[in-house]
Amino acid sequence: MTTTLLTNARLIDPEQGTEAPGWLLIENGAIAATGVGAERPEADKMVDCGGKCLAPGIVDIGVKVCEPGERHKESYRSAGLAAAAGGVTTMVTRPDTSPAIDSPETLEFVARRANAAGPVHVRPMAALTKGREGREMTEIGFLMDAGAVAFTDCDHVIANTKVFSRALTYARSLGALIIAHPQEPGLSAGAAATSGKFASLRGLPAVSPMAERMGLDRDIALLEMTGAAYHADQITTARALPALERARRNGLNITAGTSIHHLTLNELDVADYRTFFKVKPPLRSEDDRQAVIEAVRKGLIDVISSMHTPQDEESKRLPFEEAASGAVALETLLPAALRLYHSGDLDLPTLFRAMALNPARRLGLPSGRLSAGAPADLVLFDADKPFVMDRTTLRSKSKNTPFDGQRMQGKVLATYVAGTPVFEAA
Amino acid sequence: MTFSHSHLLGIEPLSPPEITEILDLADQYVALNRQDMKHSDALAGLTQINMFFENSTRTQASFELAGKRLGADVMNMAMQASSIKKGETLIDTAMTLNAMHPDLLVVRHPHSGAVDLLAQKVNCAVLNAGDGRHEHPTQALLDALTIRRAKGRLHRLNIAICGDIAHSRVARSNILLLGKMENRVRLIGPPTLMPSGIADFGVEVYDDMAEGLRDVDVVMMLRLQRERMDGGFIPSEREYYFRYGLDAEKLGYAKEDAIVMHPGPMNRGVEIDGEIADDINRSVIQEQVEMGVAVRMAAMDLLARNLRARPHEVLV
Repeated sequence: MTTTLLTNARLIDPEQGTEAPGWLLIENGAIAATGVGAERPEADKMVDCGGKCLAPGIVDIGVKVCEPGERHKESYRSAGLAAAAGGVTTMVTRPDTSPAIDSPETLEFVARRANAAGPVHVRPMAALTKGREGREMTEIGFLMDAGAVAFTDCDHVIANTKVFSRALTYARSLGALIIAHPQEPGLSAGAAATSGKFASLRGLPAVSPMAERMGLDRDIALLEMTGAAYHADQITTARALPALERARRNGLNITAGTSIHHLTLNELDVADYRTFFKVKPPLRSEDDRQAVIEAVRKGLIDVISSMHTPQDEESKRLPFEEAASGAVALETLLPAALRLYHSGDLDLPTLFRAMALNPARRLGLPSGRLSAGAPADLVLFDADKPFVMDRTTLRSKSKNTPFDGQRMQGKVLATYVAGTPVFEAA
Repeated sequence: MTFSHSHLLGIEPLSPPEITEILDLADQYVALNRQDMKHSDALAGLTQINMFFENSTRTQASFELAGKRLGADVMNMAMQASSIKKGETLIDTAMTLNAMHPDLLVVRHPHSGAVDLLAQKVNCAVLNAGDGRHEHPTQALLDALTIRRAKGRLHRLNIAICGDIAHSRVARSNILLLGKMENRVRLIGPPTLMPSGIADFGVEVYDDMAEGLRDVDVVMMLRLQRERMDGGFIPSEREYYFRYGLDAEKLGYAKEDAIVMHPGPMNRGVEIDGEIADDINRSVIQEQVEMGVAVRMAAMDLLARNLRARPHEVLV
């Protein structure tokens, strides 16, 4: 039984909300103890962290790996390598593949492939309705037995409220978590941008930010009806926040996430129709971005996700309206999040509360913490190291990052999964 | 020479002196076009390809004529019938064309930004002949030239743009151009046909023609697309004509010498009364067509000068 002691680290503890110099002892793949000061235990192996940040590994809800269907865009192998290099120790994968992951058989196939191929944990989500078509619910019980940690139709909104309310009611009886995309689909159909001066100047079909609030309002009403456990995948507008706050105050079982792109970019970044900045929902105004950052700070928005969505060159090198949505972000999530730290908006424990602790808690996973007994899923990083993002260096098969060519700060030095290093910077 | 661009993708990047330079040169071409001998050799030896991914008769003819009068070899490609239908992407088409070494590429496309995308991938000068709802720069320039010749100036005028602003690239380019030249622009139309964020455009917005047209110098009507009249944006054609169609009564609110413009093709009895459209004392719609050829000649001439001034690429 080997033990590893990580010494001289800056421990980022999201549970305590603290960051302090100290050490962390790994035993049997789990965190055995942490401490501050010079008095420290003996171990078989010592690692000097050089005063750099040691935090729980990122638990990323909403990663798209394109298996089955489009392995040329991303495989479990390539996504796993990208995750390890980005400090992501658990990928919670999306079922919006083709075909959709909507049966226990497909889920088992995926889970087998995923864990054989990748260096990090993979926790699959399953579709809530068959084929993500919003008509019939999937076999929620069997899928949970097969390992589904949550149920979502991803960016497909279940427009039929009867179908959705039944699925929520059924899910509640099994204690299943439903993840939905709050959006009024009629209003947002065909939109490529957020309505406003910028979209009008560019002549792009646009959706009012109100569509997000309308979608959320409807879902909240359904939660009042059904009492299900619900997580909004991305809240990106100021207008949706009061509704979320009210629902929380009224004791509904609701949490919310947002994407790293909506936290660090705004609609003007699209500039001259740069399709790598086309995401879903579309990038918002700067006022919305600021409001969402504040909501993360207050804890109203619980989770920050990469919403990693690989797209190949062919699907992006098109006129903006026709181009595919989505951006890869497993490797850029941490440096992008650190922009918020360097700008003074969010401190490191808050960032890791949203990227590790809260998502793990919501899914009932033991990771995301730095306490004794938690799995030793860790990321060691230099929060200050500057670099220029070069998309060709990404480990993802698809290189569609909006941060290409941008100056960033923050490099992952090592990633540990169950106490074993799965990535070490050269 | 002030004009420093290698493409004409929109009005947005142009400065007021550059706009003036294009219009001044276009004035000379108006004179040339009125002679018997209408030929110049400004584009001699150059190849111009017109790629229209969207139906157009007038604009394509205007560009073709402009190129031919300046001595270019002009080729029209009917893109709707061609490889796009076979699944070839816009970029593939662009690369194929690029290999044929055209010098001027005139492009119309149904999607906003498609012409910008194309311009990034080819080595020649690209002219935007209309992309989605984004821009239609030569239309705005020809409108500006028409106004300048009719009013003797292109500043401090009250100009009303009326109708379907939301779906109109002509409106966007005109708002930008007329704003840059320090005019007061009013937009008049039903709120369902106004783009979002319009209050931030530095324009005045009206939903009533009588109020909006009061004392304007120029009335610019826009075409209402047939597919917008199905009850989705406006209740019916006849209600639209009643409230927003330009007739003698509504025109009466404008200044006595106000001119009437329309980018064509017109829907008589929908957005404009036939008699007003044909009234030679008020309507400058035919002049707009004439100015169109001259402005396009000027734009292509200036782009060609920048093209020729560019250091030659070394062939390996």
